[in-house]
Amino acid sequence: MVGIVVDGEPHEVPAGGNLLQSLLSLGLDLPYFCWHPALGSVGACRQCAVVQYRDENDVTGRVAMACMTPVAEGLRIGLKAPAAVEFRAGIIELLMTNHPHDCPVCEEGGECHLQDMTVMTGHTFRQYRGLKRTHRNQYLGPFINHEMNRCIACYRCVRFYRDYAGGDDLQVFASRNQVYFGRFEDGALENEFSGNLVEVCPTGVFTDRTFSAHFTRKWDLQTAPSVCVHCGVGCNTTPGERYGTLKRVINRYHGDLNGYFLCDRGRFGYGFVNCADRLTEPMLHGQPVTRAEGRARLRDVTFKGAIGIGSPRASLEANFALRELVGPENFYAGCADADYAMLDTIRRVLASWPVHSPSLREVEGADVVLVLGEDVGNTAPRLALAIRQATRNCMLAAAAELKIAPWQDAAVRELAQQVRGPLFVLATTGTRLDELAEVVVRRTPADIARLGFAIAHALEPAAPAVSGLSDEDRQHAESIAEALKRADNPLVVSGTGSGEPAIVEAAAQIACALSRRRKQPASVSFVVPECNSLGLMLLDPKRLGKALESAESGSVPAAIVLESDLFRSARTEAVESFLSRVGETVLLDHSPQATAHRAQIVLPVGTFAETEGTFVNGEGRAQRFFAAMSPRGAAMDSWRWLAEAHPRHDWQCLDEVTGACAAAIPVLARMVDAAPRADFRIDGLKIPRQTHRRSGRTAASAHIDIREPQPQDDTDSALAFTMEGDAFDAPAALRTYSWAPSWNSNGQSIAKFQDEVGGALRGGDPGVRLFEPVQRGAAPWFTEIPRAVAAEPGVWLTVPRYHVFGSEALSARAESVVERIPAPYVALHPSDLARLGHADSVELNWHGFREVLPVLADDTVVPGTIGVPVGLPGMPCGPCPRTLALRKAEPHGSGVST
Amino acid sequence: MAGLRQIAMQGRAVLGIVLSQFRTLWRVLGHTFTRADTVQYPEQKPALSPRYRGRIVLTRDPDGEERCVACNLCAVVCPVACIALQKAEDAHGRWYPEFFRINFSRCILCGLCEEACPTYAIQLTPDFEMAEYDRRNMVYEKEHLLIDGPGKYHDYNFYRVAGKSIGGKDKGEAEHEAPPIDIHSLLP
Ligand code: SF4
Ligand code: SF4
Ligand code: SF4
Ligand code: SF4
Ligand code: FES
Repeated sequence: MVGIVVDGEPHEVPAGGNLLQSLLSLGLDLPYFCWHPALGSVGACRQCAVVQYRDENDVTGRVAMACMTPVAEGLRIGLKAPAAVEFRAGIIELLMTNHPHDCPVCEEGGECHLQDMTVMTGHTFRQYRGLKRTHRNQYLGPFINHEMNRCIACYRCVRFYRDYAGGDDLQVFASRNQVYFGRFEDGALENEFSGNLVEVCPTGVFTDRTFSAHFTRKWDLQTAPSVCVHCGVGCNTTPGERYGTLKRVINRYHGDLNGYFLCDRGRFGYGFVNCADRLTEPMLHGQPVTRAEGRARLRDVTFKGAIGIGSPRASLEANFALRELVGPENFYAGCADADYAMLDTIRRVLASWPVHSPSLREVEGADVVLVLGEDVGNTAPRLALAIRQATRNCMLAAAAELKIAPWQDAAVRELAQQVRGPLFVLATTGTRLDELAEVVVRRTPADIARLGFAIAHALEPAAPAVSGLSDEDRQHAESIAEALKRADNPLVVSGTGSGEPAIVEAAAQIACALSRRRKQPASVSFVVPECNSLGLMLLDPKRLGKALESAESGSVPAAIVLESDLFRSARTEAVESFLSRVGETVLLDHSPQATAHRAQIVLPVGTFAETEGTFVNGEGRAQRFFAAMSPRGAAMDSWRWLAEAHPRHDWQCLDEVTGACAAAIPVLARMVDAAPRADFRIDGLKIPRQTHRRSGRTAASAHIDIREPQPQDDTDSALAFTMEGDAFDAPAALRTYSWAPSWNSNGQSIAKFQDEVGGALRGGDPGVRLFEPVQRGAAPWFTEIPRAVAAEPGVWLTVPRYHVFGSEALSARAESVVERIPAPYVALHPSDLARLGHADSVELNWHGFREVLPVLADDTVVPGTIGVPVGLPGMPCGPCPRTLALRKAEPHGSGVST
Repeated sequence: MAGLRQIAMQGRAVLGIVLSQFRTLWRVLGHTFTRADTVQYPEQKPALSPRYRGRIVLTRDPDGEERCVACNLCAVVCPVACIALQKAEDAHGRWYPEFFRINFSRCILCGLCEEACPTYAIQLTPDFEMAEYDRRNMVYEKEHLLIDGPGKYHDYNFYRVAGKSIGGKDKGEAEHEAPPIDIHSLLP
């Protein structure tokens, strides 16, 4: 800590930071634009001026930019000094000369940082009478609107998009006060983090196009703290509702997790909640019935001795309620058996091996990263963004040697140019992170696992050795092991994406070998397929295949399927046969899917935005999410349907289910601490979901009923569907929106809720980590090392490929996302394609079904393998077979076999 | 001495009261001969100034287009929260309210919406005859609110001033705007 003097008052601030950040952390207000806690300082906008004095005798001082001034012991500055105040007002006035005067038709209005700063500097009257320069806008795709005239040229957008997120299709064009921020030509912004421009840009140049289509001002949104459901990272989000429509999802800052940024799947995938074809009424054999009837049928089915199939995308509470209803011995996981096997490994490794599963902030601190067999950029985008930052650590280290502070963004980048820290990508096909990697090795899944085991052996000779490795691979293994040995903060990243259980084991093996060498737990980060995959596994379900097998013997009288589509998790014919043998099938889900068409009873449930519960992300962090709105039609929380059907339990509210779950499952004991209980109050009041400025209360439903409706009661949480109460002082896990006096924007007002700007939220970041590394665990090594697979002629080994848009089922239903989903295809190495006679499409045998798919030549595909995109609409359903026989598809069906 | 002075003061006070009674009687009598302010409503209508705060209308700009841009400022400023609307956008970028509802059974005719409106769309008029037997009839939708003219403000057209382009007005064609920049030009 160092002592500084601000307007004559002494303050203590942490050493090494910049003055702007320190002042904001002290809770003082100083206008700024170009600085961003995650992007650092460049001193471009000149808005954060203060007067800096030499010593106590200096009364004149000089104007300095706070964001470029390092704090030092004895620093004396004037925030309110007339010279500074005048300077800041002048800057705003200049920035506003070209402003198009269109706040009323600007989506940013009401949460605009430019509005806030204009008001803060007191610039209320326009003196400039000259002409305003104007720009034409561009079409930037289904996610982002462009209105260039509002730009103040702070450069935050390109710094985020290019420098931070690695995009290259957003540029700055032209010169001087004509600079233009856009693409070379009209077209969708390609980077999967483009949505963050909405929050990074302090003005309304980049706004959320999907939000604009049904626009509502910030003050009218009914919001709740939530967790993203579109991958296993579990980023924190704030969904907002108005008039029964989910209007948008924005970032909810979490110091250890997503920080200031979300990926586009998480931000724009919410559209599925608004789909017109949602399941909203209980259905019995395709006919709508009442809730009571639905409940009665669910009870009947339970009495028959149903099995339960849990869901990796439903809350722990819902899964636990199902498990209680059918009994733990009848509880199965609604995910593919291959995923089950890998998740089981991950669960065991996290719980009992001496390894540490890092938060995203810790990932950002890694100095050597090894990615093993996972296309992180497409399966867990936000984690990939964190890895991207980790590759900058060598730049920061080099800068530190020259005494350049890490927040001196331009200087650090100038110094390091494009030098990146060591990232090793061992993959089964091309991945999003390849461009950053020092070494990219592409092999078949089994060979990647073998390479992984070889690295573990090179790190720690006690780990089993791999025989029959090629010389090249042996060298790779040794050099990667060397780099990991030298690292201060090595990180291994892997996951379930490859579909090869041995890869997950190999990653754990490497981490364990590192832990042994270092005598402290090494970090390993596992990507899991869905938002609650790990949570489901902690309830100890049996694998789905077992359920399918026991149905074959006719011993399954009925099945209750919770929020999952069996046709995505097992082969079509196996599911068909299961569903026909099972006496009765009950499906609880919110969106139509293949299983819904086959179930005799369909019970509608709420989506993430309409229900509450707890998810466990890939890190092993239990996080509570809350309903922003009430469910449509007769839909109810999944756990409530299941609890009401239970013959003995009399659970009335979520806390009781959470409590019962925590009591029954030791590893989940702390899940009750993920958020305060429903009886939490501030001054006797709940936390409001609505803002203090909410409008239209007496008109919104006046055309239906002239009397204002009674606010809906929420017995399940400490949040209320009203505007009464204190949202400002709510604990982080319950904060419904980020809004502070004078600071209306989401991205900037959050500073008022952080311990230190860019650090943890006041009172601690929400969520509970369930696993802490076992310190001296003698982890048994995985000894089964897969054999190298020799390719048979005419048979291709399948390798799953992922797409940010399309591979995840819920977001793929969102209207805006649909535009970005690639058409179905399979990918072959050009040499293999040449052997097939340069076909445009191939015919393949998919679990006995004949499918014809377009084929792409892609030189990142390992020869002998075929890249099969996962989950894309239009692809044959079910998990992809391990091998595929192909032939060139002929227009008239007379294929030529190869 | 003191007693005498007291009696004299009391006597003066009593006299004052009596005189005031007479003055009042005289004034009241005098009004019998002046013109009455009361009008025989509803046969006779009072003359109200254009700034009278009565029934709310939504007006059109001088080109005959809907003025309201669905900015929601009137709704948020309304102290009784009786305005609700939803933004929509036409094919050329013009914002307009998809629905616009005022619950006049709640409205207190304070005029804050008119003050907040950046486009002069919402205006209060001197019409106050809105009584209904059924409260439900006091809920006005856009079709009940939107009039054909510009109301009190004849000339203002928000989109002529604001830089957002709409059908018929391109970038650079609003007030005080220079033509759009050619960003591919290399000239300094
Ligand atoms: S960017 Fe901000 S100041 Fe500019 S028009 Fe939009 S809301 Fe108004
Ligand atoms: S577009 Fe936004 S972020 Fe980019 S320079 Fe302009 S104001 Fe800054
Ligand atoms: S990274 Fe995953 S959890 Fe985070 S926003 Fe994207 S899809 Fe959601
Ligand atoms: S303030 Fe004016 S322009 Fe804005 S919504 Fe109300 S009536 Fe429409
Ligand atoms: S914030 Fe300091 S110059 Fe922009």
